Amino acid sequence: MNENQRAARNKKIAHAIMWIVLLVMFIAFIFPFLLVVINVFKTKGDITSNPLALIGAHGFTFKNFPAAMKKMNFLTVFLNSLTITTSATVLTILISSMTSFVIVRNGKWKFCTIIFSLMIASMVIPFQVLMVPLVSVYGNVLNSRITLILMHVGFSVSMAVFMFHGSIKTNIPIDLEESATIDGCNRWQTFWKIVFPLLKPTIATVGIINAMAYWNDYLLPSLVLKKKDLYTIPIATQAFYGTYSTDIGLIMAALLLAMLPILILYVFLQRYIVEGVTSGAVKG
Amino acid sequence: MKQNKLSYKIRQYILFAGPGTALFLAVVIVPFIYGLYLTLTSWDGVSKTKEFVGLENLAAAFKDADYWHAMLRTVIYSVFAVVFINIVSFALAYLVTQGIKGQNFFRAGFFVPNLIGGIVLGYIWKFVFNRAFVAIFSSTSLLSTTNGAMFCLILVSVWQYAGYMMLIYVAGFMSVSKDVQEASKIDGCTPSQSMRHVIIPLMRSSFVQCIFLSITRCFVVYDVNLSLTKGGPAGTSVMAAMHVYNQAFTYKNYGLGQSEAVILFAVCAIVGVTQVLIGKRGEVEA
Repeated sequence: MNENQRAARNKKIAHAIMWIVLLVMFIAFIFPFLLVVINVFKTKGDITSNPLALIGAHGFTFKNFPAAMKKMNFLTVFLNSLTITTSATVLTILISSMTSFVIVRNGKWKFCTIIFSLMIASMVIPFQVLMVPLVSVYGNVLNSRITLILMHVGFSVSMAVFMFHGSIKTNIPIDLEESATIDGCNRWQTFWKIVFPLLKPTIATVGIINAMAYWNDYLLPSLVLKKKDLYTIPIATQAFYGTYSTDIGLIMAALLLAMLPILILYVFLQRYIVEGVTSGAVKG
Repeated sequence: MKQNKLSYKIRQYILFAGPGTALFLAVVIVPFIYGLYLTLTSWDGVSKTKEFVGLENLAAAFKDADYWHAMLRTVIYSVFAVVFINIVSFALAYLVTQGIKGQNFFRAGFFVPNLIGGIVLGYIWKFVFNRAFVAIFSSTSLLSTTNGAMFCLILVSVWQYAGYMMLIYVAGFMSVSKDVQEASKIDGCTPSQSMRHVIIPLMRSSFVQCIFLSITRCFVVYDVNLSLTKGGPAGTSVMAAMHVYNQAFTYKNYGLGQSEAVILFAVCAIVGVTQVLIGKRGEVEA
Protein backbone atom coordinates (compact mmCIF):
# COMPACT_ATOMS: atom_id res chain seq x y z
CA MET A 1 0.00 0.00 0.00
CA ASN A 2 1.55 3.31 -1.00
CA GLU A 3 1.34 6.62 0.79
CA ASN A 4 -1.66 7.89 -1.17
CA GLN A 5 -3.72 4.80 -0.61
CA ARG A 6 -3.01 4.90 3.09
CA ALA A 7 -3.99 8.56 3.29
CA ALA A 8 -7.19 7.82 1.40
CA ARG A 9 -8.00 4.93 3.72
CA ASN A 10 -7.35 7.01 6.84
CA LYS A 11 -9.57 9.73 5.50
CA LYS A 12 -12.33 7.21 4.87
CA ILE A 13 -12.10 5.89 8.42
CA ALA A 14 -12.08 9.41 9.85
CA HIS A 15 -15.17 10.26 7.83
CA ALA A 16 -16.95 7.15 8.99
CA ILE A 17 -16.26 8.00 12.62
CA MET A 18 -17.39 11.59 12.14
CA TRP A 19 -20.51 10.38 10.41
CA ILE A 20 -21.38 8.14 13.35
CA VAL A 21 -20.77 10.98 15.83
CA LEU A 22 -23.02 13.23 13.76
CA LEU A 23 -25.72 10.61 13.59
CA VAL A 24 -25.67 10.11 17.37
CA MET A 25 -25.86 13.87 17.90
CA PHE A 26 -28.64 14.12 15.37
CA ILE A 27 -30.71 11.47 17.13
CA ALA A 28 -30.10 13.20 20.47
CA PHE A 29 -31.25 16.46 18.89
CA ILE A 30 -34.50 15.15 17.50
CA PHE A 31 -35.22 12.72 20.35
CA PRO A 32 -37.65 15.10 22.14
CA PHE A 33 -39.59 15.66 18.93
CA LEU A 34 -39.74 11.93 18.20
CA LEU A 35 -41.08 11.33 21.66
CA VAL A 36 -43.92 13.78 21.07
CA VAL A 37 -44.74 12.18 17.74
CA ILE A 38 -44.96 8.62 19.10
CA ASN A 39 -47.00 9.66 22.12
CA VAL A 40 -49.53 11.65 20.16
CA PHE A 41 -51.08 8.40 18.98
CA LYS A 42 -51.42 6.84 22.45
CA THR A 43 -54.11 6.99 25.06
CA LYS A 44 -53.50 8.91 28.26
CA GLY A 45 -53.04 5.70 30.25
CA ASP A 46 -50.55 4.24 27.79
CA ILE A 47 -48.41 7.40 27.87
CA THR A 48 -48.25 7.34 31.64
CA SER A 49 -47.45 3.64 31.88
CA ASN A 50 -44.79 3.64 29.17
CA PRO A 51 -43.87 6.90 27.43
CA LEU A 52 -41.13 5.15 25.42
CA ALA A 53 -43.14 2.41 23.75
CA LEU A 54 -43.62 2.94 20.04
CA ILE A 55 -47.21 1.73 20.18
CA GLY A 56 -49.31 1.86 23.33
CA ALA A 57 -50.86 -1.27 24.89
CA HIS A 58 -54.26 -0.08 23.72
CA GLY A 59 -53.08 0.44 20.15
CA PHE A 60 -53.25 3.58 18.02
CA THR A 61 -55.65 6.33 18.82
CA PHE A 62 -56.40 9.32 16.69
CA LYS A 63 -58.63 10.97 19.25
CA ASN A 64 -56.02 13.32 20.73
CA PHE A 65 -55.69 15.46 17.62
CA PRO A 66 -59.28 16.49 16.98
CA ALA A 67 -59.90 16.94 20.72
CA ALA A 68 -56.87 19.20 21.17
CA MET A 69 -57.69 21.11 18.00
CA LYS A 70 -61.16 21.85 19.25
CA LYS A 71 -60.19 22.71 22.82
CA MET A 72 -57.30 24.89 21.73
CA ASN A 73 -59.47 26.56 19.12
CA PHE A 74 -56.61 25.82 16.78
CA LEU A 75 -57.98 27.22 13.54
CA THR A 76 -58.67 30.67 15.03
CA VAL A 77 -55.36 30.70 16.85
CA PHE A 78 -53.48 29.63 13.74
CA LEU A 79 -55.15 32.31 11.63
CA ASN A 80 -54.34 34.93 14.29
CA SER A 81 -50.68 33.95 14.23
CA LEU A 82 -50.66 33.91 10.45
CA THR A 83 -52.29 37.34 10.05
CA ILE A 84 -50.09 38.97 12.66
CA THR A 85 -46.87 37.42 11.38
CA THR A 86 -47.51 38.18 7.71
CA SER A 87 -48.67 41.76 8.17
CA ALA A 88 -45.92 42.60 10.62
CA THR A 89 -43.26 41.07 8.35
CA VAL A 90 -44.45 42.88 5.22
CA LEU A 91 -44.71 46.18 7.08
CA THR A 92 -41.25 45.74 8.59
CA ILE A 93 -39.72 45.18 5.16
CA LEU A 94 -41.47 48.14 3.49
CA ILE A 95 -41.03 50.63 6.32
CA SER A 96 -37.43 49.75 7.16
CA SER A 97 -36.16 49.72 3.59
CA MET A 98 -37.73 53.14 2.96
CA THR A 99 -36.25 54.52 6.16
CA SER A 100 -32.76 53.25 5.38
CA PHE A 101 -32.93 54.68 1.85
CA VAL A 102 -33.36 58.21 3.14
CA ILE A 103 -30.80 57.73 5.89
CA VAL A 104 -28.13 56.40 3.51
CA ARG A 105 -28.69 59.06 0.84
CA ASN A 106 -28.61 61.89 3.39
CA GLY A 107 -25.51 60.59 5.14
CA LYS A 108 -24.18 64.10 5.72
CA TRP A 109 -27.35 65.41 7.33
CA LYS A 110 -26.86 65.51 11.13
CA PHE A 111 -30.49 64.62 11.83
CA CYS A 112 -30.21 61.30 9.96
CA THR A 113 -26.99 60.39 11.71
CA ILE A 114 -28.62 61.00 15.07
CA ILE A 115 -31.66 58.86 14.30
CA PHE A 116 -29.46 56.09 12.92
CA SER A 117 -27.15 56.10 15.96
CA LEU A 118 -30.20 56.08 18.23
CA MET A 119 -31.46 52.98 16.43
CA ILE A 120 -28.12 51.20 16.69
CA ALA A 121 -27.79 52.06 20.38
CA SER A 122 -31.34 50.89 21.10
CA MET A 123 -30.53 47.36 19.97
CA VAL A 124 -28.93 46.57 23.34
CA ILE A 125 -32.14 47.35 25.27
CA PRO A 126 -33.72 44.12 26.48
CA PHE A 127 -37.48 43.87 26.17
CA GLN A 128 -37.85 43.54 29.94
CA VAL A 129 -36.93 47.22 30.35
CA LEU A 130 -39.65 48.33 27.97
CA MET A 131 -42.54 46.06 28.90
CA VAL A 132 -43.82 47.88 31.99
CA PRO A 133 -43.84 51.39 30.46
CA LEU A 134 -45.20 49.96 27.20
CA VAL A 135 -48.21 48.45 28.93
CA SER A 136 -48.66 51.61 30.93
CA VAL A 137 -48.48 54.03 27.95
CA TYR A 138 -50.58 51.93 25.58
CA GLY A 139 -52.98 50.48 28.17
CA ASN A 140 -55.97 51.82 26.24
CA VAL A 141 -55.21 50.23 22.90
CA LEU A 142 -54.33 46.72 24.06
CA ASN A 143 -56.36 43.70 22.96
CA SER A 144 -56.01 44.58 19.31
CA ARG A 145 -54.13 42.80 16.57
CA ILE A 146 -53.21 46.10 14.95
CA THR A 147 -51.53 47.33 18.13
CA LEU A 148 -49.50 44.14 18.33
CA ILE A 149 -48.51 44.35 14.66
CA LEU A 150 -47.35 47.96 14.99
CA MET A 151 -45.42 47.14 18.16
CA HIS A 152 -43.72 44.19 16.49
CA VAL A 153 -42.68 46.47 13.63
CA GLY A 154 -41.50 49.21 15.99
CA PHE A 155 -39.28 46.78 17.87
CA SER A 156 -37.65 45.36 14.75
CA VAL A 157 -37.24 48.60 12.79
CA SER A 158 -33.78 49.36 14.21
CA MET A 159 -32.27 45.98 13.35
CA ALA A 160 -33.90 45.91 9.91
CA VAL A 161 -32.82 49.48 9.11
CA PHE A 162 -29.29 48.52 10.11
CA MET A 163 -29.31 45.61 7.65
CA PHE A 164 -30.88 47.55 4.78
CA HIS A 165 -28.49 50.43 5.48
CA GLY A 166 -25.48 48.20 4.89
CA SER A 167 -26.98 46.68 1.80
CA ILE A 168 -27.99 49.98 0.15
CA LYS A 169 -24.66 51.57 0.97
CA THR A 170 -22.53 48.80 -0.51
CA ASN A 171 -24.71 47.34 -3.28
CA ILE A 172 -26.63 50.18 -4.89
CA PRO A 173 -24.44 52.55 -6.92
CA ILE A 174 -25.65 56.11 -6.75
CA ASP A 175 -25.10 56.47 -10.52
CA LEU A 176 -27.99 54.11 -11.02
CA GLU A 177 -30.33 56.45 -9.18
CA GLU A 178 -28.95 59.48 -10.99
CA SER A 179 -29.63 57.92 -14.37
CA ALA A 180 -33.14 57.04 -13.21
CA THR A 181 -33.63 60.70 -12.28
CA ILE A 182 -32.39 61.77 -15.70
CA ASP A 183 -34.83 59.35 -17.27
CA GLY A 184 -37.61 61.18 -15.43
CA CYS A 185 -38.16 59.21 -12.25
CA ASN A 186 -38.87 61.10 -9.06
CA ARG A 187 -37.43 59.84 -5.75
CA TRP A 188 -40.48 57.74 -4.97
CA GLN A 189 -40.41 55.98 -8.35
CA THR A 190 -36.63 55.58 -8.19
CA PHE A 191 -36.93 53.81 -4.88
CA TRP A 192 -39.69 51.41 -5.84
CA LYS A 193 -38.60 50.72 -9.43
CA ILE A 194 -34.82 50.69 -9.09
CA VAL A 195 -33.62 50.38 -5.50
CA PHE A 196 -36.21 48.11 -3.88
CA PRO A 197 -35.97 45.29 -6.45
CA LEU A 198 -32.18 45.25 -6.05
CA LEU A 199 -32.53 44.68 -2.30
CA LYS A 200 -34.04 41.21 -2.76
CA PRO A 201 -31.41 39.22 -0.80
CA THR A 202 -31.67 41.56 2.19
CA ILE A 203 -35.47 41.54 1.94
CA ALA A 204 -35.39 37.75 2.19
CA THR A 205 -33.06 37.81 5.18
CA VAL A 206 -35.00 40.48 7.06
CA GLY A 207 -38.28 38.77 6.21
CA ILE A 208 -37.22 35.30 7.39
CA ILE A 209 -35.59 36.45 10.62
CA ASN A 210 -38.51 38.63 11.61
CA ALA A 211 -41.24 36.23 10.54
CA MET A 212 -39.71 33.54 12.74
CA ALA A 213 -39.36 35.94 15.65
CA TYR A 214 -42.98 37.16 15.35
CA TRP A 215 -44.38 33.67 14.95
CA ASN A 216 -42.64 32.38 18.07
CA ASP A 217 -42.79 35.45 20.29
CA TYR A 218 -44.55 34.91 23.57
CA LEU A 219 -43.90 37.77 25.98
CA LEU A 220 -45.07 40.77 23.93
CA PRO A 221 -48.24 39.10 22.56
CA SER A 222 -49.09 37.80 26.03
CA LEU A 223 -49.00 41.37 27.34
CA VAL A 224 -51.00 42.84 24.47
CA LEU A 225 -53.58 40.14 23.72
CA LYS A 226 -55.63 39.24 26.78
CA LYS A 227 -58.76 38.01 25.01
CA LYS A 228 -59.06 34.35 24.13
CA ASP A 229 -60.18 34.85 20.56
CA LEU A 230 -57.10 36.97 19.81
CA TYR A 231 -54.52 34.45 21.11
CA THR A 232 -51.55 33.47 18.97
CA ILE A 233 -50.10 29.94 18.96
CA PRO A 234 -47.53 30.41 21.77
CA ILE A 235 -50.05 32.04 24.12
CA ALA A 236 -52.70 29.45 23.31
CA THR A 237 -50.21 26.64 23.98
CA GLN A 238 -49.34 28.14 27.33
CA ALA A 239 -52.98 28.61 28.30
CA PHE A 240 -53.84 25.12 27.09
CA TYR A 241 -51.04 23.59 29.15
CA GLY A 242 -52.30 25.38 32.23
CA THR A 243 -55.81 23.99 31.78
CA TYR A 244 -55.17 20.43 30.61
CA SER A 245 -51.77 19.62 32.11
CA THR A 246 -53.06 16.30 33.47
CA ASP A 247 -54.43 15.10 30.16
CA ILE A 248 -51.05 14.29 28.67
CA GLY A 249 -52.40 12.89 25.39
CA LEU A 250 -54.08 16.20 24.62
CA ILE A 251 -50.91 18.06 25.57
CA MET A 252 -48.86 15.99 23.12
CA ALA A 253 -51.32 16.76 20.33
CA ALA A 254 -51.34 20.47 21.18
CA LEU A 255 -47.53 20.66 21.18
CA LEU A 256 -47.35 18.89 17.84
CA LEU A 257 -50.00 21.21 16.40
CA ALA A 258 -48.03 24.20 17.63
CA MET A 259 -44.88 22.97 15.86
CA LEU A 260 -46.39 21.58 12.70
CA PRO A 261 -46.95 24.74 10.60
CA ILE A 262 -43.36 25.94 10.86
CA LEU A 263 -41.91 22.45 10.42
CA ILE A 264 -43.90 21.96 7.22
CA LEU A 265 -42.71 25.33 5.97
CA TYR A 266 -39.14 24.36 6.86
CA VAL A 267 -39.30 21.24 4.72
CA PHE A 268 -39.99 23.38 1.66
CA LEU A 269 -37.99 26.52 2.41
CA GLN A 270 -35.15 24.92 4.33
CA ARG A 271 -32.37 26.29 2.11
CA TYR A 272 -33.70 29.86 2.24
CA ILE A 273 -34.29 29.78 5.97
CA VAL A 274 -30.80 28.48 6.74
CA GLU A 275 -29.21 31.00 4.35
CA GLY A 276 -31.33 33.87 5.63
CA VAL A 277 -30.57 33.15 9.25
CA THR A 278 -26.85 32.77 8.55
CA SER A 279 -26.47 36.01 6.62
CA GLY A 280 -28.66 37.80 9.15
CA ALA A 281 -26.56 36.61 12.05
CA VAL A 282 -23.27 37.36 10.34
CA LYS A 283 -24.31 40.89 9.39
CA GLY A 284 -26.08 41.67 12.65
CA MET B 1 -30.59 73.41 -6.30
CA LYS B 2 -33.88 72.32 -4.83
CA GLN B 3 -32.37 68.98 -3.72
CA ASN B 4 -30.33 70.64 -0.99
CA LYS B 5 -33.04 72.81 0.50
CA LEU B 6 -33.92 71.89 4.05
CA SER B 7 -37.66 71.87 3.43
CA TYR B 8 -37.21 69.45 0.53
CA LYS B 9 -35.06 67.18 2.67
CA ILE B 10 -37.60 67.21 5.48
CA ARG B 11 -40.43 66.39 3.10
CA GLN B 12 -38.42 63.49 1.65
CA TYR B 13 -37.62 62.28 5.14
CA ILE B 14 -41.23 62.30 6.26
CA LEU B 15 -42.36 60.58 3.08
CA PHE B 16 -39.85 57.73 3.31
CA ALA B 17 -38.75 57.47 6.90
CA GLY B 18 -41.75 58.96 8.68
CA PRO B 19 -43.56 55.72 9.55
CA GLY B 20 -40.39 53.89 10.57
CA THR B 21 -39.13 56.71 12.74
CA ALA B 22 -42.52 57.27 14.34
CA LEU B 23 -42.99 53.61 15.26
CA PHE B 24 -39.44 53.32 16.54
CA LEU B 25 -39.82 56.39 18.75
CA ALA B 26 -43.27 55.34 19.95
CA VAL B 27 -42.38 51.77 20.85
CA VAL B 28 -38.75 51.98 21.93
CA ILE B 29 -37.61 55.47 22.84
CA VAL B 30 -40.75 56.84 24.53
CA PRO B 31 -41.25 53.76 26.73
CA PHE B 32 -37.54 53.73 27.57
CA ILE B 33 -37.60 57.32 28.82
CA TYR B 34 -40.97 56.90 30.47
CA GLY B 35 -39.62 53.76 32.11
CA LEU B 36 -36.79 55.74 33.66
CA TYR B 37 -39.41 58.08 35.08
CA LEU B 38 -41.45 55.15 36.40
CA THR B 39 -38.50 53.99 38.50
CA LEU B 40 -38.98 57.19 40.50
CA THR B 41 -42.63 56.49 41.30
CA SER B 42 -44.52 53.94 43.35
CA TRP B 43 -47.20 52.76 40.98
CA ASP B 44 -49.47 49.75 41.40
CA GLY B 45 -50.48 49.55 37.75
CA VAL B 46 -54.08 50.63 38.32
CA SER B 47 -54.32 53.96 40.10
CA LYS B 48 -54.33 57.18 38.07
CA THR B 49 -51.80 58.97 40.22
CA LYS B 50 -48.21 57.86 40.36
CA GLU B 51 -46.69 58.99 43.62
CA PHE B 52 -43.18 60.37 43.27
CA VAL B 53 -40.80 58.55 45.60
CA GLY B 54 -37.38 59.53 44.26
CA LEU B 55 -34.71 56.91 44.56
CA GLU B 56 -36.61 54.72 47.00
CA ASN B 57 -37.25 52.03 44.38
CA LEU B 58 -33.61 51.86 43.45
CA ALA B 59 -32.66 51.48 47.10
CA ALA B 60 -35.33 48.81 47.53
CA ALA B 61 -34.08 47.00 44.42
CA PHE B 62 -30.59 46.86 45.90
CA LYS B 63 -32.03 45.45 49.11
CA ASP B 64 -34.29 42.90 47.37
CA ALA B 65 -32.50 39.65 48.25
CA ASP B 66 -34.70 37.57 45.93
CA TYR B 67 -33.72 39.77 43.02
CA TRP B 68 -30.00 39.38 43.63
CA HIS B 69 -30.40 35.64 44.08
CA ALA B 70 -32.16 35.55 40.72
CA MET B 71 -29.37 37.67 39.24
CA LEU B 72 -26.65 35.38 40.63
CA ARG B 73 -28.53 32.37 39.31
CA THR B 74 -28.77 34.03 35.90
CA VAL B 75 -25.02 34.64 35.89
CA ILE B 76 -24.26 31.01 36.82
CA TYR B 77 -26.75 29.72 34.27
CA SER B 78 -25.38 32.02 31.57
CA VAL B 79 -21.76 31.05 32.17
CA PHE B 80 -22.49 27.33 31.86
CA ALA B 81 -24.92 27.73 28.99
CA VAL B 82 -22.63 30.04 26.99
CA VAL B 83 -19.59 27.77 27.41
CA PHE B 84 -21.45 24.62 26.39
CA ILE B 85 -23.43 26.25 23.59
CA ASN B 86 -20.18 27.37 22.01
CA ILE B 87 -18.32 24.10 22.53
CA VAL B 88 -21.16 22.03 21.09
CA SER B 89 -21.88 24.38 18.19
CA PHE B 90 -18.20 24.68 17.26
CA ALA B 91 -17.82 20.90 17.28
CA LEU B 92 -20.94 20.47 15.17
CA ALA B 93 -19.79 23.16 12.74
CA TYR B 94 -16.43 21.40 12.39
CA LEU B 95 -18.11 18.06 11.70
CA VAL B 96 -20.52 19.40 9.10
CA THR B 97 -17.81 21.19 7.09
CA GLN B 98 -15.60 18.13 6.48
CA GLY B 99 -17.37 17.13 3.28
CA ILE B 100 -19.17 14.22 4.89
CA LYS B 101 -22.06 12.62 3.06
CA GLY B 102 -25.35 14.21 4.03
CA GLN B 103 -23.79 17.15 5.85
CA ASN B 104 -26.46 19.55 4.61
CA PHE B 105 -29.11 17.27 6.03
CA PHE B 106 -27.36 17.26 9.41
CA ARG B 107 -27.00 21.05 9.35
CA ALA B 108 -30.70 21.43 8.65
CA GLY B 109 -31.55 18.96 11.42
CA PHE B 110 -29.47 20.63 14.12
CA PHE B 111 -31.17 23.91 13.33
CA VAL B 112 -34.70 22.61 13.92
CA PRO B 113 -35.00 23.62 17.63
CA ASN B 114 -34.52 27.26 16.59
CA LEU B 115 -37.64 27.19 14.49
CA ILE B 116 -39.85 26.58 17.46
CA GLY B 117 -40.66 29.02 20.22
CA GLY B 118 -39.26 28.68 23.73
CA ILE B 119 -42.68 28.03 25.24
CA VAL B 120 -43.31 24.91 23.15
CA LEU B 121 -39.71 23.70 23.56
CA GLY B 122 -39.97 24.04 27.32
CA TYR B 123 -43.14 21.96 27.49
CA ILE B 124 -41.67 19.26 25.27
CA TRP B 125 -38.64 18.96 27.52
CA LYS B 126 -40.80 19.02 30.60
CA PHE B 127 -42.44 15.89 29.23
CA VAL B 128 -39.03 14.37 28.47
CA PHE B 129 -37.68 15.04 31.96
CA ASN B 130 -40.82 14.22 33.90
CA ARG B 131 -41.94 11.14 32.00
CA ALA B 132 -39.39 9.67 29.61
CA PHE B 133 -36.23 10.08 31.71
CA VAL B 134 -38.11 8.96 34.79
CA ALA B 135 -39.14 5.83 32.89
CA ILE B 136 -35.64 5.19 31.51
CA PHE B 137 -33.67 5.76 34.71
CA SER B 138 -36.55 4.91 37.08
CA SER B 139 -35.64 7.85 39.32
CA THR B 140 -37.44 10.99 40.41
CA SER B 141 -37.63 13.83 37.93
CA LEU B 142 -34.60 16.10 37.67
CA LEU B 143 -36.97 19.05 37.57
CA SER B 144 -38.03 18.45 41.16
CA THR B 145 -34.58 19.22 42.62
CA THR B 146 -32.92 22.62 42.77
CA ASN B 147 -29.68 21.72 41.02
CA GLY B 148 -31.53 19.42 38.68
CA ALA B 149 -33.82 22.21 37.50
CA MET B 150 -30.82 24.45 36.77
CA PHE B 151 -29.13 21.60 34.94
CA CYS B 152 -32.27 21.06 32.85
CA LEU B 153 -32.46 24.74 31.95
CA ILE B 154 -28.83 24.74 30.84
CA LEU B 155 -29.26 21.53 28.84
CA VAL B 156 -32.35 22.81 27.04
CA SER B 157 -30.67 26.14 26.25
CA VAL B 158 -27.63 24.38 24.80
CA TRP B 159 -29.89 22.19 22.71
CA GLN B 160 -31.95 25.21 21.63
CA TYR B 161 -29.12 27.50 20.53
CA ALA B 162 -26.37 25.10 19.41
CA GLY B 163 -27.82 24.75 15.91
CA TYR B 164 -28.05 28.50 15.43
CA MET B 165 -24.51 29.19 16.62
CA MET B 166 -23.36 26.26 14.48
CA LEU B 167 -24.50 28.14 11.38
CA ILE B 168 -22.35 31.13 12.35
CA TYR B 169 -19.33 28.89 12.96
CA VAL B 170 -19.97 27.13 9.65
CA ALA B 171 -19.83 30.52 7.93
CA GLY B 172 -16.58 31.13 9.85
CA PHE B 173 -15.06 27.84 8.70
CA MET B 174 -16.01 28.62 5.11
CA SER B 175 -14.37 32.03 5.29
CA VAL B 176 -10.97 30.56 6.24
CA SER B 177 -9.47 30.11 2.82
CA LYS B 178 -8.24 26.70 1.71
CA ASP B 179 -4.87 28.23 0.69
CA VAL B 180 -4.03 29.15 4.26
CA GLN B 181 -4.90 25.67 5.46
CA GLU B 182 -2.81 24.08 2.72
CA ALA B 183 0.08 26.39 3.55
CA SER B 184 -0.01 25.41 7.22
CA LYS B 185 0.01 21.75 6.20
CA ILE B 186 3.05 22.25 3.94
CA ASP B 187 4.79 24.10 6.75
CA GLY B 188 4.43 20.93 8.82
CA CYS B 189 1.39 21.56 11.00
CA THR B 190 -0.56 18.54 12.20
CA PRO B 191 -4.32 18.96 11.80
CA SER B 192 -4.73 19.86 15.48
CA GLN B 193 -1.89 22.40 15.28
CA SER B 194 -3.35 24.10 12.23
CA MET B 195 -6.71 24.17 14.00
CA ARG B 196 -5.23 25.81 17.08
CA HIS B 197 -2.79 28.21 15.50
CA VAL B 198 -4.33 28.97 12.12
CA ILE B 199 -8.04 28.28 11.84
CA ILE B 200 -9.27 29.33 15.30
CA PRO B 201 -7.39 32.67 15.32
CA LEU B 202 -8.80 33.44 11.87
CA MET B 203 -12.30 32.67 13.10
CA ARG B 204 -12.06 35.05 15.99
CA SER B 205 -14.90 37.23 14.75
CA SER B 206 -17.22 34.21 14.68
CA PHE B 207 -16.34 33.49 18.29
CA VAL B 208 -16.92 37.09 19.33
CA GLN B 209 -20.27 37.05 17.61
CA CYS B 210 -21.47 33.70 18.94
CA ILE B 211 -20.41 34.49 22.49
CA PHE B 212 -22.06 37.90 22.30
CA LEU B 213 -25.30 36.46 20.92
CA SER B 214 -25.42 33.62 23.43
CA ILE B 215 -24.70 35.91 26.40
CA THR B 216 -27.36 38.42 25.43
CA ARG B 217 -29.92 35.67 24.89
CA CYS B 218 -29.14 33.74 28.07
CA PHE B 219 -29.20 36.85 30.22
CA VAL B 220 -32.82 37.63 29.44
CA VAL B 221 -34.07 34.03 29.21
CA TYR B 222 -37.78 33.92 29.93
CA ASP B 223 -39.91 31.63 27.71
CA VAL B 224 -38.09 28.38 28.48
CA ASN B 225 -37.80 29.35 32.13
CA LEU B 226 -41.56 29.85 32.27
CA SER B 227 -42.62 26.68 30.50
CA LEU B 228 -39.91 24.28 31.71
CA THR B 229 -39.57 25.05 35.41
CA LYS B 230 -41.96 27.95 36.05
CA GLY B 231 -39.31 29.10 38.53
CA GLY B 232 -39.71 25.97 40.59
CA PRO B 233 -39.08 24.00 42.67
CA ALA B 234 -40.04 26.61 45.28
CA GLY B 235 -38.73 29.57 43.29
CA THR B 236 -35.18 28.23 43.07
CA SER B 237 -34.92 28.53 39.31
CA VAL B 238 -36.39 32.02 38.88
CA MET B 239 -34.11 33.94 36.52
CA ALA B 240 -33.71 37.71 36.57
CA ALA B 241 -36.15 38.31 33.70
CA MET B 242 -38.83 36.22 35.36
CA HIS B 243 -38.27 37.96 38.67
CA VAL B 244 -38.74 41.33 36.98
CA TYR B 245 -41.92 40.12 35.32
CA ASN B 246 -43.35 38.77 38.58
CA GLN B 247 -42.35 41.86 40.55
CA ALA B 248 -44.21 44.12 38.12
CA PHE B 249 -47.14 42.10 36.85
CA THR B 250 -47.80 39.54 39.58
CA TYR B 251 -47.05 41.56 42.71
CA LYS B 252 -48.00 44.88 41.07
CA ASN B 253 -44.85 46.68 42.20
CA TYR B 254 -44.40 48.44 38.88
CA GLY B 255 -41.91 51.03 40.09
CA LEU B 256 -39.73 48.47 41.82
CA GLY B 257 -40.01 46.00 38.94
CA GLN B 258 -39.01 48.70 36.48
CA SER B 259 -36.00 49.67 38.63
CA GLU B 260 -34.89 46.06 38.67
CA ALA B 261 -35.35 45.87 34.91
CA VAL B 262 -33.16 48.95 34.48
CA ILE B 263 -30.44 47.33 36.61
CA LEU B 264 -30.72 44.21 34.45
CA PHE B 265 -30.31 46.39 31.37
CA ALA B 266 -27.22 48.07 32.85
CA VAL B 267 -25.65 44.70 33.65
CA CYS B 268 -26.43 43.41 30.13
CA ALA B 269 -24.99 46.50 28.51
CA ILE B 270 -21.78 46.37 30.56
CA VAL B 271 -21.25 42.66 29.91
CA GLY B 272 -22.03 42.99 26.21
CA VAL B 273 -19.83 46.03 25.59
CA THR B 274 -16.89 44.62 27.58
CA GLN B 275 -17.06 41.37 25.71
CA VAL B 276 -17.15 43.05 22.29
CA LEU B 277 -14.23 45.33 23.25
CA ILE B 278 -12.11 42.41 24.48
CA GLY B 279 -13.00 40.40 21.40
CA LYS B 280 -12.18 43.18 18.93
CA ARG B 281 -8.77 43.84 20.45
CA GLY B 282 -7.07 40.67 19.33
CA GLU B 283 -8.54 40.29 15.85
CA VAL B 284 -6.16 38.91 13.23
CA GLU B 285 -6.21 39.15 9.48
CA ALA B 286 -5.02 36.54 7.05
